[in-house]
Amino acid sequence: MREITAVQIADAVARLCVEANTDAGADITTALERALKIETDGMPRRVLEALLENAKIAKEEHIPICQDTGMAVVFAELGQDIHITGGALDDAINDGVRRGTREGYLRSSVVRDPVRRDNTLDNTPAVVHLSLVPGSGLRLIVAPKGFGSENMSAVKMLKPADGLEGLERFVLETVQTAGGNPCPPVIVGVGAGGTFELAALLSKKALLREVGTENPDPFWDEAEKRLLAAINELGIGPGGFGGKTTALAVHINPYATHIAGLPVAVNIGCHVTRHKETTLPPPDAGKRDGDVTL
Amino acid sequence: MKTLLTPLTRGEIASLQEGTWVSLSGVVYTARDAAHKRLCELLDGGGLLPFPLEGSAIFYAGPCPTPSAKQGSPVIGPVGPTTSGRMDGYAPRLMREAFHVTIGKGPRSQEVAAAIRRYGCAYLSAIGGAAALTARCVEKVEPVAFEDLGTEAVVALTVRDLPLIVMNV
Repeated sequence: MREITAVQIADAVARLCVEANTDAGADITTALERALKIETDGMPRRVLEALLENAKIAKEEHIPICQDTGMAVVFAELGQDIHITGGALDDAINDGVRRGTREGYLRSSVVRDPVRRDNTLDNTPAVVHLSLVPGSGLRLIVAPKGFGSENMSAVKMLKPADGLEGLERFVLETVQTAGGNPCPPVIVGVGAGGTFELAALLSKKALLREVGTENPDPFWDEAEKRLLAAINELGIGPGGFGGKTTALAVHINPYATHIAGLPVAVNIGCHVTRHKETTLPPPDAGKRDGDVTL
Repeated sequence: MKTLLTPLTRGEIASLQEGTWVSLSGVVYTARDAAHKRLCELLDGGGLLPFPLEGSAIFYAGPCPTPSAKQGSPVIGPVGPTTSGRMDGYAPRLMREAFHVTIGKGPRSQEVAAAIRRYGCAYLSAIGGAAALTARCVEKVEPVAFEDLGTEAVVALTVRDLPLIVMNV
């Protein structure tokens, strides 16, 4: 059986924490550049130019894009034919977050208890989503999530009769309510179906999809395009100061659900919506590290 | 672009035009949720604030740690505005104490809007998420209070030409 050490996992997580926070995805910067071509007024243009300049400085100087370097959300897809040695997976991931936070001069933004609120001072613990998959690799996706946008997210249990129209209305309302708070232009992740908690997870995963890619299901692809157009009609604009670009993308992640329900979750991602991934041990050939391509 | 230097006068604040850019220099004091809670507790207990409030600028921000031992090391890590709305419960209490401006991002509550008008304050917005760029405006960082709060401590940032938008509240 193939083996992987806890140290290898911690090393990878530490590196991904820093990379995700300092190197904006090419999909995002491409989308921001495209938005700059669409905007004609001075205000949105100036904000978009500042965001692009900001991403460039962060990459060149290897410093965080945003001071909110987020709570570390880690997706671990563990091959069922691989064995982890030298420690527990959760501990290895948290060791990685701790080291990445220190080495990358990332902000410690996590409090130990939601009400008593003492800062853990090392940005742990991470939020870990583990899934068991076929194969003998460990895929790690690190998605640091800032709370300016996380706070603007929402879950609603719609009725089946609400249908696509109800879903779209809820997404639109959520983005409108968010206004300038989540640092637009935003990425809108939508989870549709499943159960209460799965809808939220689906919406988080929807933020990992590369911006500019189509939904594989033509029905949902059409809904995404319609919603994006409607959101960009809201006029919130870059930074919330008005303009044609309120969202760069809408990603809908559907799943089977119960005959009585239509859960919908909307997870708002800011204009960087950070995520980087790797697979351990490195595959023998071909695949390279880089932006997530879910 | 209109330039401002802290501390500001009542007249300077009153002359700010909504929807326009201003360029702010001088000292701004960072304070987020946890610091606001303590500032208001201090006032309610009859205590003194740890910095001069009148004419000052409160920046709703918590910076990243300052990278050290780097060539051309910056004075501060990336820093930018956090969501102002979370400070809405505390802001009127501070505004009642002395007029000043607040810097953040996003909309304010009606209570804050009323306090801004009543006490001759103003609300300015920085560009959310442009923290690597904004950090370049910071020339000096000095601790002021609540160092135990980590990134939520109150620090005095000396800024030069910080671009801000005067918000309509």
